[in-house]
Amino acid sequence: MLSKKQAKIFFLGGTVLFFLIFVAMSFHSLTVGIPQNTNADQLSDQVKQGKLLWDKNNCMGCHTIMGEGAYYAPELTRVYSRKGADYIRTVLNAPEGWGPRGRMMVKYEFSEEEVDAIIAFFEWMDNAHLNGFPPEPSLEK
Amino acid sequence: MKFTSQKIAYHFFALSMLLLVLQIVYGFIMGFAHMGFDGLHEWIPFNAATATHKNLLVVWILSGFMGAAYYIIPDESDNELFSVPLAKLQFWSLAVVGVIAVAGFHVGWWEGRKFLEIPRPLDWLVALNVILFLVIILMTLLKGKKQTTTAWVLTMGLVFAALLYLPGMIYFDNLSVDSFMRWWVVHLWVEGVWELIMGGILSYLLIKLTGVDREVIEKWLYVIVGLTFLSGILGTGHHYYYTGGPDYWLMVGGIFSALEPLAFLGMTIFAVQMYRKGNKRHPNKLAIYWTLSTAIVSFLGAGLLGLAHTLPGVNLYTHGTLITAMHGHLAFWGAYASLVLAIIAYSMPLMTGRKLHDNRTGHLAFWMSNIGMVGMTMAFAAAGVAQVYLERIAGYDFMVAAKETQAHFFVLIIAATVFTIGVLMFISNFVKFGKPVDEALQPEAEFEAIQG
Ligand code: HEM
Ligand code: HEM
Ligand SMILES: [Fe+2]
Repeated sequence: MLSKKQAKIFFLGGTVLFFLIFVAMSFHSLTVGIPQNTNADQLSDQVKQGKLLWDKNNCMGCHTIMGEGAYYAPELTRVYSRKGADYIRTVLNAPEGWGPRGRMMVKYEFSEEEVDAIIAFFEWMDNAHLNGFPPEPSLEK
Repeated sequence: MKFTSQKIAYHFFALSMLLLVLQIVYGFIMGFAHMGFDGLHEWIPFNAATATHKNLLVVWILSGFMGAAYYIIPDESDNELFSVPLAKLQFWSLAVVGVIAVAGFHVGWWEGRKFLEIPRPLDWLVALNVILFLVIILMTLLKGKKQTTTAWVLTMGLVFAALLYLPGMIYFDNLSVDSFMRWWVVHLWVEGVWELIMGGILSYLLIKLTGVDREVIEKWLYVIVGLTFLSGILGTGHHYYYTGGPDYWLMVGGIFSALEPLAFLGMTIFAVQMYRKGNKRHPNKLAIYWTLSTAIVSFLGAGLLGLAHTLPGVNLYTHGTLITAMHGHLAFWGAYASLVLAIIAYSMPLMTGRKLHDNRTGHLAFWMSNIGMVGMTMAFAAAGVAQVYLERIAGYDFMVAAKETQAHFFVLIIAATVFTIGVLMFISNFVKFGKPVDEALQPEAEFEAIQG
């Protein structure tokens, strides 16, 4: 039968081993994989500002992006190609807050520059390689 | 209770209960909003409610863990707590930081990073608070007469949890990198180091409640936490499938996260076996119920419902839908919420000397909260499956699918009401215990004392 000492070695050994593998893989992901998949060279100041606005307004508190966030409002990973820049501009500038189908979005007072930054951020997101997410609907309508 | 300083745990448990109630209030706000009743939108928009709901959850669980540590570590190391005034300071600063954070969410002082919405300046105060907590715990342990495996596993879990908070405090311009590091905190917490805390607390409870030999229990504790890290660390990959990570995570994350339920199954078998081997003479029936339910429901919520959407082929469709919310609720409830309720149910009679450990209110609280939560999980599941089919498979707009799922949120509200009544009954028992008293001091180990 397994002794307590052996069990302890299993725990400590396994933890150290798998943690090291994980750190090495994370290092590779952060320095090579993600920059490639997300076109890190296209992260302009405007995109960065858009990301900051996304963050500061907690847009993720209603929407998902890359499938992460809350489930109260639409997925926005591919919103740039799905709806286009003009539509997004209309949403962000809606004077009484956006909500054509009853569910209200928070009313924002973004400047033109800020709206452009958010659109640039979505355009950057749109080009990221995400292993096929979001999936193409498989059912013919 | 062996040492008067253990009484400090009560403060943390009381804070836990208060924040739990608040968390539930915000859950209702969101449930109604999903149903189409967003009357509070002007004052508490959904993103404020969700940040509050999730952070109150994290804080009340952490407060429960801290209380548990303040109760368990002196007992396990056979030593008074290092410093009660410092522990009180730590408690009040925790409460103050918590209040500021929650108030901030209502005026837009936050960062849009799910579960880590607390803004960075406040993060530093959180870090300071946790360091103070760890110093008190470590000093108590190191100065103690003995250092048990249970105490070390619990303490290590707490130390690692604190360290893992740090990667979440760095800002990144690239959303994908930001998300990558966010999972170092969130995933490595709930599917890693928090399981150490869970294992430590469960092991303490089982030693006390079943009377089975410590050596046997602690041996299995090592095996379980070994399995946790073996699967859970690389299992982080299940969050890297579709968020910009390299494609090898599909394989690595898929395989290792599919092994994660083993650790939870381990906890179930561990607790049930120890209970069966034990002498079943402990009078605190409610603590036994909560201990066993933690071990069982965590397997259902985290293990089975996690497995249900962890393979890349499934996750492509369920990723970021109400299916995730289904799993999130039962997993958090079974593993961590129930665990905190278990240690409260165990320690309150010993701290206050009042024997409310087998009463009707307590049993009703147990059944109603668990049944209510299972009902909520089923409502989320139904809504989630509908959403996946309509939105991801048939290609309807998000809002079209959302309208179709409103009825499921009505069911959610009904189940949540049952759940809430259960929780309120638990709290009414908690209040009836009153405050801890020095007269409850028992120099002998509680278990033997009760055996007699
Ligand atoms: C009356 C009780 C509750 C109700 C009505 C409720 C309702 C909700 C709703 C509507 C959401 C938001 C889903 C979205 O993003 O659109 C949510 C999120 C969440 N709630 Fe609750 N909740 C309740 C209690 C709890 C409890 C007790 C826990 C933990 C034990 C919990 C844990 C969570 C978690 C982890 C999330 C985030 C899930 C995710 O984004 O995947 N909730 N809740
Ligand atoms: C007690 C342990 C666990 C807790 C508290 C927990 C909780 C959660 C929560 C709250 C989320 C939503 C996170 C977010 O979107 O920000 C989540 C996501 C997820 N969990 Fe767990 N979980 C646990 C264990 C597990 C296990 C053991 C598995 C696998 C077998 C698993 C598989 C997943 C997957 C695949 C996702 C991502 C869902 C998506 O793509 O949207 N979880 N979990
Ligand atoms: Fe995870």
